[in-house]
Amino acid sequence: MEQRDDLDEIRRAVRALCEEFPGEYWRAKDRERAYPGEFVDALTRAGFLAALIPEEFGGSGLMLDAAAVIMEEIQAAGCNGASAHAQMYIMNTLLRYGSAEQKARYLPGIASGELRLQAFGVSEPTSGTDTLSLKTRAVRDGDHYVVNGQKIWTSRAEHSDLLLLLARTTPREEVEKRTEGLSIFLVDMREAIGNGLTIKPIRTLMNHSTTEVFFDDLRIPASALVGEEGKGFRYILSGMNAERILIAAECVGDAKWFIEKATGYASDRQVFGRPIGQNQGIQFPIARCYARMRAAELMVHHAAQVYDAGGNPGAEANMAKLLASEASWEAADMCVQTFGGFGFAEEYDVERKFREARLYTVAPISTNLILSYLAEHVLGLPRSY
Amino acid sequence: MKILVPVKRVIDYNVKPRVKADGTGVDLANVKMSMNPFDEIAVEEALRLREKGAATEVIAVSVGPAKATETLRTALAMGADRAILVQTDDEVEPLAVAKILKAIADAEAPGLVILGKQAIDDDSNQTGQMLAALMGRPQGTFANEVTVEGDSVTVKREIDGGLETVKLSLPAIVTTDLRLNEPRYASLPNIMKAKSKPLDTKSPADYGVDTAPRLKTVKVNEPPVRQAGIKVADVDELVGKLKALGIA
Ligand SMILES: Cc1cc2nc3c(=O)[nH]c(=O)nc-3n(C[C@H](O)[C@H](O)[C@H](O)COP(=O)(O)OP(=O)(O)OC[C@H]3O[C@@H](n4cnc5c(N)ncnc54)[C@H](O)[C@@H]3O)c2cc1C
Ligand SMILES: Cc1cc2nc3c(=O)[nH]c(=O)nc-3n(C[C@H](O)[C@H](O)[C@H](O)COP(=O)(O)OP(=O)(O)OC[C@H]3O[C@@H](n4cnc5c(N)ncnc54)[C@H](O)[C@@H]3O)c2cc1C
Repeated sequence: MEQRDDLDEIRRAVRALCEEFPGEYWRAKDRERAYPGEFVDALTRAGFLAALIPEEFGGSGLMLDAAAVIMEEIQAAGCNGASAHAQMYIMNTLLRYGSAEQKARYLPGIASGELRLQAFGVSEPTSGTDTLSLKTRAVRDGDHYVVNGQKIWTSRAEHSDLLLLLARTTPREEVEKRTEGLSIFLVDMREAIGNGLTIKPIRTLMNHSTTEVFFDDLRIPASALVGEEGKGFRYILSGMNAERILIAAECVGDAKWFIEKATGYASDRQVFGRPIGQNQGIQFPIARCYARMRAAELMVHHAAQVYDAGGNPGAEANMAKLLASEASWEAADMCVQTFGGFGFAEEYDVERKFREARLYTVAPISTNLILSYLAEHVLGLPRSY
Repeated sequence: MKILVPVKRVIDYNVKPRVKADGTGVDLANVKMSMNPFDEIAVEEALRLREKGAATEVIAVSVGPAKATETLRTALAMGADRAILVQTDDEVEPLAVAKILKAIADAEAPGLVILGKQAIDDDSNQTGQMLAALMGRPQGTFANEVTVEGDSVTVKREIDGGLETVKLSLPAIVTTDLRLNEPRYASLPNIMKAKSKPLDTKSPADYGVDTAPRLKTVKVNEPPVRQAGIKVADVDELVGKLKALGIA
């Protein structure tokens, strides 16, 4: 694979930052289900979360391939980028479709860390994967929109100032194409909480700060609309491609962490008078995971290239996410097996990473839906859903 | 005042080194390499002195293979102003490194040269001292605190059982100990800026230095595997055991 010096330097710097947040830090946060605010602050101060923000607004103006390297390296160092990845994947929606006024108003604050853009509200309890059937309504009322409805799994909402919200502005029955009638809004939650917006945390398998968000006649200024009314679904698709590529990069990082951990342990752990890694029963699964990780890594890299070149990376982003989430989950399972009983003990971090790695074959899009996409859009098979 | 900071590319401190099968050295194939940790501390100290206004320019130097460019880029990304790579694929011993550094110092006239007290690969702990001797300048080794005032530098040194304070007239040589500071990590904007900072490539011959080794490595062995310990009931038994082992 082509190596780029600047990306290597980014990898080294992210690693150096991550070294200040060792396993004990994450274990303590995990135990309390607490948000790793210090880690997110450190990433922000060092400018990593502003990688995609143009230089004129205080960022580094890099492409998605650099953002992917940052997220991968965070995971490979044993940290958890889920606490901060949304700012990266939401960013391009704002950059591509936000107005000059919105960019000038928000980007400098986001780059400096004063404003946090970490919440993305798409999923709803009753619409599930079928995004087009979402029910949250935003109705124009003079200079405002009035929002009613509910989102679920809106991660980091309690630790974000801004929320990128997908809501229906024209009823489904009234639109010509089923993909029309949805709009996106950049909601300033600082003013909204207690004035029509309520956030309720959901406890989950791992430490993820995810929530339910309720809208009850929430009034937001019309200037919160991003791009044109009714075109939100189209805008969000490009953001979702970025999200899939970045999550895939995180999965590659996780797989690297599991493989490195397992390799180290298998070399050191002596049972029956020799290292367990000397047995093919141990080394073959590690080697297989390595090969799968490398294949996924190539697809992630390729998808980022297509994205950065301005092409439609739909198929590549989906395949990258599919392959990488499966590679990381397989590596997670392999790592627990290699560690034997010790894979279950908190102090090795394996069980924590194992729980965290489980998410990505389900969210942000489940494996089945990726397969349906490939079957329909790449292979030309009849639409199954 | 300029500060010269030599930085060495070494095996990463997290890597468990393995000896080559033929015993000629440590196996470096596919091993993660990083900046020597004591040199990171040296870069950090130089940057802090520049930020305090005691220095105007920080120049990083590395003697080593083309890959040492990475180490220099890290120093530039931390904040050094420019870099010099003295490129060679040979193993360069401390004396030859000190001679190269002297030649660079003669040309650049830095007020301070801040080196790591040792590199974690060969643990020589010699280069700074040799450089001071070759240049005929004062040295403050194993620095725990460095303060520049006017034309002198005060160095608190870590010595057995405590700290010793020495005051040196500039130009001077300082070597860093572990507790001098906590090095910063590079920020993304600084990584981007570092790409356009000057990095000169030279060779030892440019400085008229012959790097032919004067030492011969006879054999490199893995350290012996640590044996399991035993518990003793009391001091008498301990002394008895030590005597039996011929230690006391
Ligand atoms: C920890 C966590 C964090 C999240 N963070 C966010 C967030 O920040 N913002 C946000 O908007 N969302 C978030 N999500 C939601 C996530 O995107 C959804 O959970 C995901 O899209 C799946 O939707 P669902 O849970 O409603 O599952 P469902 O749509 O109910 O699907 C359930 C199962 O049925 C399968 N299935 C559904 N339809 C078909 C079909 N036609 N063919 C075959 N199989 C099918 C799916 O593959 C899945 O396995 C998060 C979820 C979790 C768990
Ligand atoms: C929650 C929990 C509860 C437990 N409860 C009890 C209990 O009540 N009482 C009790 O006595 N023990 C208990 N155990 C211990 C359990 O039985 C051991 O963890 C298990 O036998 C594996 O041993 P190990 O963890 O030392 O792994 P190791 O022996 O270190 O094995 C590590 C890995 O190497 C593999 N391996 C080792 N040798 C070879 C070989 N020659 N060829 C191929 N592969 C090899 C193993 O299959 C495993 O995948 C418990 C463990 C856990 C996690």
